[in-house]
Amino acid sequence: MKIHEYQARDLLAQFGIPVPAGITVDSADAAKAAFDQLQKDHQATLAVVKAQVHAGGRGKGGGVKLVKSAQEAHDAAKTILSKPLVTPQTGPEGVPVKKLLIADGADIAKEYYLGMAIDRARGLPVLIASSEGGVEIEQVAHDNPDAIVREPIDPASGLQAYQARKVAFRLGFKGKQVGQAVAIMIKLTNLFLKTDASLAEINPLIVTPASNEHPDGQVLAIDAKINFDDNALFRQKAIAALADPDEEDPSELRANKHGLSYIKLDGSIGCLVNGAGLAMATMDLVKLHGAEPANFLDVGGSASEEAVTEAFRIILEDPSVKGVLVNIFGGIMQCDIIARAIVNAASKIGFEVPLVVRLEGTNVEPARKILEEARKNIPTMQVGTDLTDAAEKITAAVAAVAA
Amino acid sequence: MFVAAEAGRYPTATMSILIDSDTKVICQGITGAAGAFHTKGCLEYGTQMVGGVTPNKGGSKDANGLPVFNTCEEAVRETGANATMIFVPAAFAADAVLEAADAGIALIVCITEGVPVTDMTRVGRELERRNVVGESRIRLIGPNCPGVITPGGSSNGDAAGCKIGIMPGYIHLPAPQAKTGKSVGIISRSGTLTYEAVWQCSQRDIGQTTCVGIGGDPVRGMDFIDCLELFSDDPQTDGIVMIGEIGGTDEEAAAAYIRKQVKKPVTAFIAGRTAPPGRRMGHAGAIISGGEGGAESKIAALQEAGCHIAQSPADLGSTMAQALGV
Repeated sequence: MKIHEYQARDLLAQFGIPVPAGITVDSADAAKAAFDQLQKDHQATLAVVKAQVHAGGRGKGGGVKLVKSAQEAHDAAKTILSKPLVTPQTGPEGVPVKKLLIADGADIAKEYYLGMAIDRARGLPVLIASSEGGVEIEQVAHDNPDAIVREPIDPASGLQAYQARKVAFRLGFKGKQVGQAVAIMIKLTNLFLKTDASLAEINPLIVTPASNEHPDGQVLAIDAKINFDDNALFRQKAIAALADPDEEDPSELRANKHGLSYIKLDGSIGCLVNGAGLAMATMDLVKLHGAEPANFLDVGGSASEEAVTEAFRIILEDPSVKGVLVNIFGGIMQCDIIARAIVNAASKIGFEVPLVVRLEGTNVEPARKILEEARKNIPTMQVGTDLTDAAEKITAAVAAVAA
Repeated sequence: MFVAAEAGRYPTATMSILIDSDTKVICQGITGAAGAFHTKGCLEYGTQMVGGVTPNKGGSKDANGLPVFNTCEEAVRETGANATMIFVPAAFAADAVLEAADAGIALIVCITEGVPVTDMTRVGRELERRNVVGESRIRLIGPNCPGVITPGGSSNGDAAGCKIGIMPGYIHLPAPQAKTGKSVGIISRSGTLTYEAVWQCSQRDIGQTTCVGIGGDPVRGMDFIDCLELFSDDPQTDGIVMIGEIGGTDEEAAAAYIRKQVKKPVTAFIAGRTAPPGRRMGHAGAIISGGEGGAESKIAALQEAGCHIAQSPADLGSTMAQALGV
């Protein structure tokens, strides 16, 4: 699960990590007032207006603007809120912007990267840090892998102070900065472990220029991105409440409600499969036979006839679907449930596009009988004898309709 | 306390890895719907199911007449179980694994789906500690997996087998009954895709010594390399089918191991060539992120390691048959 930047900043603050002041707004007028407020309370002379969407690359899409006055804040907010934001991660249609963060613009002497993730190979949480902040860590990993420090963490005891010091010195923190950086690392680890996060990034983590008050500068978190483990949301009620349904695809939400795992893709062949691995393999199979999959859909092992019928409804409502491929290897899932759902979907929704069904495994014989009997009512249906046969039949049938 | 009980010793395998007809299995969560259903399925396949655990239901019998215990410790003491199949809800799965390990159970198969990753990092660390100090090696398969099977079963005459999990037994072909005289080991991150591989091999009269579903989670018990090592050493296993998918770098690590250590032919398939980056494809672990985990780099690594790559999921059986010369 993903959350917005303003929510991530709130979480950092809750765990005691210093973040510059910020105010979340949903209109240009409120943006103007927020600037005045920051000026009054924090002597801010400049602020950053940031679009609150889950997609990355906001700056490149014009979703982040530096402003020096309340009027500039107003104008920037108006522009950003007026149209969907298109970033390298959103697709050409973009995403609507409903909220903006107006953050006190801190002066920056140096930028760092600090992140927590799961090291899958080690099976442990890992602290990842780099003295090259402000750029994507993937880019640093590619261009200058030696600039990245990784420190594995025992999930039972958390990050130890000596580990944090080691990282802080290796990153080049000096004097009073070291203590501040160590505290931030330990707090970020606590946040990660206590909230069942799957990724927690502070990028950039900055040091402000030296001042009378802070002769070594201040270490602050400027931007944050936090994702959570969906499997742990059952015990993270406060985190689950941060979810923004506006950021989710409505069909995917609907599928989730029925216990289905669905992801919309760009192609034209709708796929209904049991099991995530087989569902991915079926998408690959479609592509191998010259077409593109319209979706990933795993009905799982224990879906009811109703849930599978709903799965057909979701697939068939997608206007880009020109044909449907059903690929089931029954294990716990019984093939006759799928067969009955096909009959059900045919009478309630109707298969106007070609349908190819390949069934194997538990209860395949009764399932074949059900389909054989229903055949005359589902004229676009064909039976695939194996994977290749099924893929060939659906791509040929879709090509024939198009021609 | 850690109990390295005699009963907990890892069974010696001759025609299989990990489990055989001597393996004694309990089910944690035996009175739940899924636990009860699959305990019956395993019994019918011929597995020596010897009991189950459900706290507060100790002293009763399940629908099959198997004894139910309050704790794993008691179950092991009374039945001599050396393997367990876990069906408890996700919130309690990590605790169930640790309880089984503490009772000295050598093979822990966790079927449960949806276990929080942080729980699994703690479990992994704890099992590692126990394996350092313990006399016997504890192995965890899963979570979020179909389980492990050494084909055989009471319906197959002389070929006694063992099924610990949710896979349909009848698609498997016991090694002694393979008309080609060849049998393979199968390792997979995906359930139904494993069935596909099994079915295609059985159709070609290629038997299976053991099939291990290692599960679709990012942090799990046994990985490809653990299984490759066992299959390499098993004299009855002629070849290995390895089914990976997008996410992580386990397939790349397996490729490096295969190149150095595995002399038997390995057929590999990677699911998710068409998966978009940044999206979790059903399995918690199936995600391309941070420029890592894409299918192409896995396929390239396995190809370079000398694996026989199945380009289509329809070619799993034929590619293995070709590599075995049958």
